Amino acid sequence: MTKLLETHDLHVYYGQNEALKGIDLSFDEGGITALIGPSGSSKSTYLRTLNRMNDLIPNVTITGTIKFRGQDVYAPQTDLVTLRKEIGMVFQQPNPFPFSIYDNVAFGLKLAGEKDHERLDQVVETSLKQAAVWDEVKDHLHESALSLSGGQQQRVCIARVLAVSPQIILLDEPTSALDPISSSQIESTLLKLRTDYTIITVTHNLQQASRISDRTAFFMNGEIIEVDDTKKIFMNPAHKQTEDYISGRFG
Amino acid sequence: MVRAVYVKRGQVMNKKLQEQLLKRSKAAKMERFGKTISFLALMLITVTVFAIIIFVASKGLSTFVTNHVNIVDFLTGKNWNPNVTDSKGQPEVGALPMISGSFVVTILSALLATPFAIGTAIFMNEISPHRGAKLLQPVIELLVGIPSVVYGFIGLTVIVPAVRSVFGGSGFGILAGTFVLFVMILPTVTSMSVDALRSVPRYYREAALALGATQWQTIYKVVLRSATPGILTAIVFGMARAFGEALAVQMVIGNAALLPTNLVSPASTLTSVLTTGIGNTVMGSLQNNALWSLALVLLIMSLIFNLVVRMIGRKGAMSK
Ligand SMILES: Nc1ncnc2c1ncn2[C@@H]1O[C@H](COP(=O)(O)OP(=O)(O)OP(=O)(O)O)[C@@H](O)[C@H]1O
Ligand SMILES: [Mg+2]
Repeated sequence: MTKLLETHDLHVYYGQNEALKGIDLSFDEGGITALIGPSGSSKSTYLRTLNRMNDLIPNVTITGTIKFRGQDVYAPQTDLVTLRKEIGMVFQQPNPFPFSIYDNVAFGLKLAGEKDHERLDQVVETSLKQAAVWDEVKDHLHESALSLSGGQQQRVCIARVLAVSPQIILLDEPTSALDPISSSQIESTLLKLRTDYTIITVTHNLQQASRISDRTAFFMNGEIIEVDDTKKIFMNPAHKQTEDYISGRFG
Repeated sequence: MVRAVYVKRGQVMNKKLQEQLLKRSKAAKMERFGKTISFLALMLITVTVFAIIIFVASKGLSTFVTNHVNIVDFLTGKNWNPNVTDSKGQPEVGALPMISGSFVVTILSALLATPFAIGTAIFMNEISPHRGAKLLQPVIELLVGIPSVVYGFIGLTVIVPAVRSVFGGSGFGILAGTFVLFVMILPTVTSMSVDALRSVPRYYREAALALGATQWQTIYKVVLRSATPGILTAIVFGMARAFGEALAVQMVIGNAALLPTNLVSPASTLTSVLTTGIGNTVMGSLQNNALWSLALVLLIMSLIFNLVVRMIGRKGAMSK
């Protein structure tokens, strides 16, 4: 059976510097995978390689294979537009466009040429509901998204990704710029989404990883030290380095 | 006993501190001096600006106050000939030909410059940031620094004959003026548009690309839209410059105080009439006062351009 997403012997170089040193990791449909590890262990690099956002950086070399539903992501004929719609991304810093909330969420659909207002209205509403921010914004959909709080902005950004109905959602430290209450709202949003979407999230917050993820991968120096069920990683890690990291002895 | 000593020592120290506190330190004196100097500089500039405005206003208004010209006739009259009085015994000081000439060349040159400026800015900032900036930045800076006489001279020797050979007539007129102004305001509008694009945060672009936008969609749906207030400011700045430009326009527009009916016959602008006329009139005469009235119109217009720029800036800041 083909996996939803799999990376095999993935190496990434920034110039001469090898940031990823042969990553083998695969993802089945559904569930949340947390990527943890010390700063500079190339978690973001891995994430950005999956939807080819690293293509934007000059001097990057990528070797190995990434397959999305059996299809080579880095094959020359792969359509970037489709790929990035299927594999959505939420960034560390909430980054809504300086448009209205509605226009933010409708952005991806309008790009794809959707003009039917009823359908747009409907998708905006369901996406905002899925992102658990509908009740807070439904009365001012046409105000600037920048007038919202950081946590609300981040959930609008999640809704913006959901609106193009991706299969996979990548999140790079989605709560690190937020206060504890907003963070826990994002966490419960992700928990609600985990049945319908495959979620891969980077986090420095180990409690968060243990609270929300089904599976955890521990990165160090561009390698995966250990990947397993989250319970196993946190209760009974196989490697000394993992144990040291999750017990706060370094990193 | 010990306590008493402490109290005494305390008193001595207090006294010393008091003296130090009361005596101004050298640093504090320097600070006062610096503040005074910069305040005086500010005052000087403010007084100068207000003096200019008051001077131009009083001179410009004397056409209406001293010479009893009707202000509506001045703004809407089609005949400009201050030496002649019309059938009603009123001097012919209709400024409409110049006012409309100024507006027409300004708007046309801005309309022409805007697409070029935005296109160049997109190329420099989005499509080829490294090569574009390296190549075009110096060119733009050079163009900004060229004195307007040079532009006028080039217009006179290149554009006017070109217009003449294509459209016939003398070649002098609104069209030649528009072309010259277009070249003159292009670098300003371009470099300000580049600044506007540059101030759009990188993470807007990332967000758009991650949603599956192509680079071109990212540019026109996100970058240009976010930069709209900045680009509008750039255009208004360009218009202000075009409206106020005197020498180059005067050299190519033909200087006939006639209401423009087409683009290729001689016309005039507020500035061109001012520069040709101001040396040939006697201070205090109606002819002279009428020119001051034109200057007042110019001044008011540039204040309005300024206000528009501020309004765009405020609106842009609010939507963020
Ligand atoms: N654009 C880039 N150009 C050059 N080197 C880079 C670039 N981005 C990351 N690196 C390098 O790659 C390595 C991994 O960085 P990365 O950002 O992927 O780590 P990370 O695990 O996400 O760290 P953090 O937890 O701090 O976000 C680092 O050594 C970093 O210096
Ligand atoms: Mg990171």
